[in-house]
Amino acid sequence: MVFDYSWLIGGPQGSGVDTAANIFSRVGTKLGYHVFGKREYHSNIKGLHSYFVVRLSDNKIRSNVNGANIMVAFDAETMIRHGLSISKNGAIIYDSSIVNTSIDEIPTIEADHRVRLAEFFKSKNMEPKVSSIIELAKESGVNVYPISFRDALSNIADELKRPELSRMTRMFNVLGVSFSLGVLKAPMAPLLESIEEIFSTKPTIADLNKKAANFAYNHASAKFSGFNASLNETDKEPNIMLVQGHQGSALGKMVCGCRFQSYYPITPASDESEFLETHEILQVKEDRPGSTTIVQTEDEISAIGMAVGASLTGTRSATSTSGPGFSLMAETLGWAGINEVPVVISLFQRSGPSTGLPTRHGQDDLLFAINAGHGEFPRIVYASGDVEDSFYDTGKCFNFADIFQLPVIHILDKFIASSVVTCNRFEPDLVSIDRGKLLEKIDGDYKRFAHSPDGISPRSKLGLENGVFWNTGDESDEYGHISEDPVNRIQMMDKRQKKVEQILTLVPKNDQVVAYGKSDICVVSWGSSKGPILDAIEMHRNEGNEIGFIDIKLLEPFPTEYVKSLLKDSSVIVDIEANMTAQLGSLIRKNLLKDPDYYVLKYTGRPMTCIEIFDSLKKILEKKAEKRQVLLYGD
Amino acid sequence: MATKLGDYKTGVHNDWCPGCGDFGIVNAIQMSLTEMQIPKHKAAIFSGIGCSGKTSHFINTYGVHTLHGRVLTFAQGAKIANPEMTIIAAGGDGDGLGIGAGHFVAAGRRNVNMTYIIFDNAVYGLTKGQASPTLKLGEQTKSLSNPNPNYNVNPIALAISSGFTFVARSYSYDVRQLKDLITAAVNHNGLAFIDVLQPCPTYNDLYTRDWFGGLDQINEETKKPTPRIYNLADVGYDPAVHYSTTTELNEKLAQALEKSLEWGDKIPTGIFYKNELVTPYTKRITDKVPNYLENPAAKQKISKNGKTTTDISDILDSLSV
Repeated sequence: MVFDYSWLIGGPQGSGVDTAANIFSRVGTKLGYHVFGKREYHSNIKGLHSYFVVRLSDNKIRSNVNGANIMVAFDAETMIRHGLSISKNGAIIYDSSIVNTSIDEIPTIEADHRVRLAEFFKSKNMEPKVSSIIELAKESGVNVYPISFRDALSNIADELKRPELSRMTRMFNVLGVSFSLGVLKAPMAPLLESIEEIFSTKPTIADLNKKAANFAYNHASAKFSGFNASLNETDKEPNIMLVQGHQGSALGKMVCGCRFQSYYPITPASDESEFLETHEILQVKEDRPGSTTIVQTEDEISAIGMAVGASLTGTRSATSTSGPGFSLMAETLGWAGINEVPVVISLFQRSGPSTGLPTRHGQDDLLFAINAGHGEFPRIVYASGDVEDSFYDTGKCFNFADIFQLPVIHILDKFIASSVVTCNRFEPDLVSIDRGKLLEKIDGDYKRFAHSPDGISPRSKLGLENGVFWNTGDESDEYGHISEDPVNRIQMMDKRQKKVEQILTLVPKNDQVVAYGKSDICVVSWGSSKGPILDAIEMHRNEGNEIGFIDIKLLEPFPTEYVKSLLKDSSVIVDIEANMTAQLGSLIRKNLLKDPDYYVLKYTGRPMTCIEIFDSLKKILEKKAEKRQVLLYGD
Repeated sequence: MATKLGDYKTGVHNDWCPGCGDFGIVNAIQMSLTEMQIPKHKAAIFSGIGCSGKTSHFINTYGVHTLHGRVLTFAQGAKIANPEMTIIAAGGDGDGLGIGAGHFVAAGRRNVNMTYIIFDNAVYGLTKGQASPTLKLGEQTKSLSNPNPNYNVNPIALAISSGFTFVARSYSYDVRQLKDLITAAVNHNGLAFIDVLQPCPTYNDLYTRDWFGGLDQINEETKKPTPRIYNLADVGYDPAVHYSTTTELNEKLAQALEKSLEWGDKIPTGIFYKNELVTPYTKRITDKVPNYLENPAAKQKISKNGKTTTDISDILDSLSV
């Protein structure tokens, strides 16, 4: 039987939930499991609820399931929010001091949620308290393990003769993860190693946490020895990395030669820029060190302006943002379009409109990315489905920008950015670098926008001798000087538009759309919905049902003919995406003149789980589905 | 071979109004480039939007006519990526102090080694004469239906308080002084700002050439006009910060701010403030990336035979568990 196990930890923001999840993920990785972890959090620094679900499996996994098998809660809110999502025969490890806390004592639960909870407890004829949750969990076959976190801390303080430790509630997280691993009878060495690695720059803190972990692990494994599941050493695959979502595109940028990135702080994009800055000095084979110049700007208008300015010097340049910032970039996007400047915009989507759900997931910027900016100009919109894709796709996006001389919007999102996954070691040798018609030497008369059969002119760069050119946001002649001549206008508009055909011809088909098997029923999607869709399709396959899936990566220009050919043998098309209006669906209707048969949509701000998609596809298979299913799972 | 003034001119037809102050500024930039003998391909003129935005098309160096208010963002990006370039940014007062004011302030804080020239005529010319940020409260130029309801920005004071390390003012009809100031600004190690007062003969009927020339201020004895414009260098004004003592720095800042308030019968031009003791942005980068100047973004080799030469194996190792 395949081992597939999810662990949940929750707590107030700023209490170290991430660190605990990081430890758990590392332990899972060290033991050889495939890991998929995902963080959910409020737009808040300290105090509001956040939680992390880490899923471990023998098989490759790309999403979360509904709920978890085991949970650790040191605060009442985690218990209230997630206590009933723990599966039968699972376990809840909780701090015994929270038992009598009622929902009225938890101000951080939103008013609407509070009303729903009150109704729920009333319907069960129970007090709105943690104790009721424990009761209900027990009834549904969950093991409940009370532990006093405070007593544990005091014991550790006594043992180490450091009384101040008894007040260090921040250590609850290390205690929580260690209790969990004790209950799960995991080998202890990976736990201690993981702590040492995570706190490698702070040896005294590492030491303290190791002692606490040791205590907690032994305490829980002795006290709750009868638990039915355990984590064991497996046959570890070689080259397994544990990567955070934002690191994929950052590493992709380093490898493909992006040497300038400007950004303005915004969730969930800034982590990528910060990672780049942390590693700003780069090792280069057989050469002196290189570097990426990272500039934090005064706003996103400046961020894209600087990236475009840097690109004019021949530097591979990018900016990284989310929806609100991208909105501010629209005018400069058009400037880069008319001036044929290669620039990559990494667009980490989150839920809009406006500030929307600032720390939550969404795929609702697709049509905006395709249409942002006034006037008509070609651009590429390209989406990555997961962390591993984002590494390789980043290099492709820079090649597209250089080859076709236009802005490329590389779409990522919050789901990708805040996941932690195991994947094969990235292979930089698979990344090729193609700078297109960028010139290193020019003789004679030079025209930056010289007409050419493919619409793409040889490109000079600032500083190149004999390569002087002019740029302007006005329509221009071949030299780049302003021209309002109507004949020139048509020539220039047509010249730029020729790139669309070039893109659809030159970008390899497998880079445009990835087809995962064909079938009578075929899912179409884009971006990060890929993970839960692939997991759900695999679950159906295990039940004997084949479902096809095409992941459309090139979204502008839209590869109409290729998508058509991939869908020609499917009689049922299911569009799955994380937005309200089915934006990819509208592209399919517009380009293929075909209305998908079913829509599965989610716009709660929480990513889809594979279970939700499995269930919605099941309804479709059984012909019991509504045309439009809206998914709701998750807190 | 030495470059001549003509080498910096393009054949592009100049469509500014006769008598426009912009002409003097373009001439001064070209004269300064000639004086410094900067090769055409080593200089880039970035410009904003409006009449002044066309400046880059008249100069035969790399020319980047950007977006309204955004000229400093493009220019800084280019300079940081390729610090070998001589970068001059130019734009109107509405461009730099209205729609682009946020970038103006942020640029001062960064102190990137380049020059920014504002064409300051107190009106939005190309859109037919609306009030710009340097028009004073209550003033009414000829196309305004009412007196200006907004207080004016003081460009000199704003530049000083934003961190610009070279702050000067000039007058577009004094091309020789302006040329000298541009040369000094380009040679300054940090961000230099020149506010150039200029008549807009079409829309600004208050700050005219005659007004700057003091035709309304006839000296009773000599019967000659008393020009409003004077040069700070002629009155023994020392704008430079020489030592990094707080006392001296505060004195120089206070002196410059006080001078920036002088307006009316007498209008100072020249360098108000100059401080090369503040670290330029270059230094702030080399403190972290020692070889940035020898191997900046634009000069780095990123591939060999189409494959990456960047070696991230250390980082990948650290991510392996």
